[in-house]
Amino acid sequence: MRLVNICWVCILIKLIKRKILNNISKFTSYIAGPVISIILALVTGGIMIALTGQDPLLVYSIMFADTLGNSYGIGQVLFKATPLIFTGLSIAFAFRAGLFNIGAEGQMTVGAFAAAWAGFTFVNLPWIILIPLSAAAGFAAGALWGGIAGILKAKYGSHEVINTIMLNFIALAITSYLVNNVYLVPATIHTPEISPNAVLLRFDSLTGIFKGSPFNTSFVLAIAACIIVYVLINKTRFGYRIKTYGHSPNAAEYARMKIKKILTSAMVIAGGIAGLAGMNFVNGYKHYFELGFSENAGYVGIAVALIARNNPFAIIIVSIFFGILDYGGLTVNTMVPKEIVTILQGMIILFIISITKISEKFINQRKINRAPAD
Amino acid sequence: MTEEFAVEMKNITKTFGDIKANDLVNLTVKKGEIHAIVGENGAGKSTLMNILYGMYHPDNGKILINGKEAAINSPADAIKLGIGMVHQHFMLVSTLSVLENIILGDETVKNGMLNLNVSREKIKSILNSFNISIDLNASAGELSVGTQQKIEILKLLYRNAQILILDEPTAVLTPRETAELFKTMTELKNSGRTIILITHKLNEVLSVSDSVTVLRKGKVTGNLKTSETDIKVIARLIVGGELQEESQNNITPGNDTVLEINDLHVKNSRGNETVKGISLNISRGEILGIAGVEGNGQTELVEAVCGMLKPESGEIKINGKLPSHTVTAHIPANRHLHGMVKEYTLSENVLLGRESEEKFSGKFFLNYNSLKDFTNELIAEYDIRPGDSSAVIGGLSGGNQQKLVAAREITKDSPLLIVSHPTRGLDIRAAEFVHNALLNECKNGRAVFLVSSDINELLKLSTRIAVMFNGRLNAVLNSNETSENEIGEYMLGLHINKIDKA
Repeated sequence: MRLVNICWVCILIKLIKRKILNNISKFTSYIAGPVISIILALVTGGIMIALTGQDPLLVYSIMFADTLGNSYGIGQVLFKATPLIFTGLSIAFAFRAGLFNIGAEGQMTVGAFAAAWAGFTFVNLPWIILIPLSAAAGFAAGALWGGIAGILKAKYGSHEVINTIMLNFIALAITSYLVNNVYLVPATIHTPEISPNAVLLRFDSLTGIFKGSPFNTSFVLAIAACIIVYVLINKTRFGYRIKTYGHSPNAAEYARMKIKKILTSAMVIAGGIAGLAGMNFVNGYKHYFELGFSENAGYVGIAVALIARNNPFAIIIVSIFFGILDYGGLTVNTMVPKEIVTILQGMIILFIISITKISEKFINQRKINRAPAD
Repeated sequence: MTEEFAVEMKNITKTFGDIKANDLVNLTVKKGEIHAIVGENGAGKSTLMNILYGMYHPDNGKILINGKEAAINSPADAIKLGIGMVHQHFMLVSTLSVLENIILGDETVKNGMLNLNVSREKIKSILNSFNISIDLNASAGELSVGTQQKIEILKLLYRNAQILILDEPTAVLTPRETAELFKTMTELKNSGRTIILITHKLNEVLSVSDSVTVLRKGKVTGNLKTSETDIKVIARLIVGGELQEESQNNITPGNDTVLEINDLHVKNSRGNETVKGISLNISRGEILGIAGVEGNGQTELVEAVCGMLKPESGEIKINGKLPSHTVTAHIPANRHLHGMVKEYTLSENVLLGRESEEKFSGKFFLNYNSLKDFTNELIAEYDIRPGDSSAVIGGLSGGNQQKLVAAREITKDSPLLIVSHPTRGLDIRAAEFVHNALLNECKNGRAVFLVSSDINELLKLSTRIAVMFNGRLNAVLNSNETSENEIGEYMLGLHINKIDKA
């Protein structure tokens, strides 16, 4: 009787072990790469910090304590992460349709301007109408900007990479013209302030925590966008068509999908999502539009999407990580030259990208060795 | 005494996880012979050849080359021993010239500069000695599949390979190119080289090989002299039993026309008119076969009937409606390119082209439960393995992938079934399965439009065979009144226009 019991326990342990091992290998393939590369980047970055005459451990501990050690730091990190979630999501969504959206920067710029414009034009509307209107204006402007590249691709086959880059320049030039010539508030470099009814509340005024940080409710909108995109991609017919075209344009054509519609709508939605990224700054922070607000979030979003492998939820985590890097750099501004922090950020990204590829290769190789050939 | 054997593989065993891909396999190949290796997909042929070529390391067993024991740890070792392999999928750089492709990786260099003339002379002498003609300056990507294959063989000869492994070399060739390949193979054999041929086509085995080794589930089930055997014996050894064959003879077509094509003209994507006035019709319960050398307009004809290409003029009616207004069921010629998405699961592939059906999707959201149930029904009915609706299709064997594509298309609600090269690259059991499924549909009153480059397949399945040549129908023949030879002659355009009634 006891023997039987022992046997059962043995089998159970074996099963659990197998399950855990399987999960670990899955886990390592997704997590180990990034973790190892962060450690490697921190070590090389530490050497560089040491070369500038500072104690790397001290610098790192200040960075850590000031970003994640108190609620103000966390608020700053999440504030920095918010636009990256939008732009990363925009790029990831376009990528599911096989499109490289390099234009998130421009889409974000026109979106931010449109959101501000709605906010300072319809000043008498109540917040329950004005905030959605401002968001809709941002989405629509970004969608228009993305849609132009989408239509050019669908109708004439011209490459979206070139078109979105060019549209970035145009977006910058147009908003620059509008700010400097049409809507300039004298003695400043920005537009009029938006109506208080268009302002997105800060979390510190709502809850009392994150005190002093501009971390605001556009973060909630960003999370909602991630959930919506996840559902759209994985649960809907439209998402299925987008994915099919992204994997194999030939298969989509064979299945008689409407390819022009797929291309255009993918870029419209991607542009719209990027168009919302500016609300963090406009509606949530400064309450006006000014040039240079973006801090390159449209381009950093490419790295975010790449590292997150286009997964909407991973994009949230990766954006927060980039927020830590970004704000962490500011906290040690007085000790370490800004360039060193920028180098550190760049290296972490390079390490993550290359090491993830290496570990993928390693795992694939093991799969090949294990699997029977035909 | 073992000097007469080019290759001896003794007691080779290779396991992947729980699967024994090769189980104590013995293979002996005489010098200067063509040795065929046959077996179903997954029988262990490719594994065995990959071991010989140094891609895999066997768990057990030894290999002798020309009587001497050899350790082959990489393809580089294999090439040193004079072993070369032509893979099913060619490895050519399409923008480089034929000459550059041949010497790639083994270039003659003088003072750091390529010395193409030395290489050119060497290749020319190879071309002469084997009666091969090829333009060395052409870009590899512009040449036909048959010529590309010649480049692959030349690559091996350039490296002095004495033992050539050809992995399903005829799967992508037209009958004429196949005949040419066999001629080259015989020349190679006469020059003392040894050829190992992996194939699914048993008539090829009989016509070209000297001996055959049959594998089944990783074990050798037969080792025969070709001259002393026949197709039935080999087929039995391959599947371990008799095949159930049906043929079209006991089917009588109905009278109602399903597909009607009138004076159809179609241009391809480059703007050339490739279908130049075709009229034909297919009735309920009839299989109409389209024969022809590839590139005579069949692809465009099929795409027009499917509604993928718009005709220039003429009309296509399926039960009186335009193709773009009907559901079309189409088993495509190239399942990898068109028929499936290899990253998708079986379920997601079942959805391909059917995502508008109410059963699988509302206006917005997909109905995954009903999709999964339906996929499981198809898996059971068509014996698709592994039978897991959430498995990724890229991991399945070619036969099982094709079964899924066929199952998806056959179960569509459409009076016409359009089928291109349905058994290309399939082993005989899977091919048999697909054939029987098509005949069954035909019995149930469906019209089937079948395009194939395999004349035997056409003769076996179709009621009538239309031969395409240069964009036109060159003949429409009753399949029980014609022969392989006659069809072959029409395919090459030797007779013009014998059309009584299309």
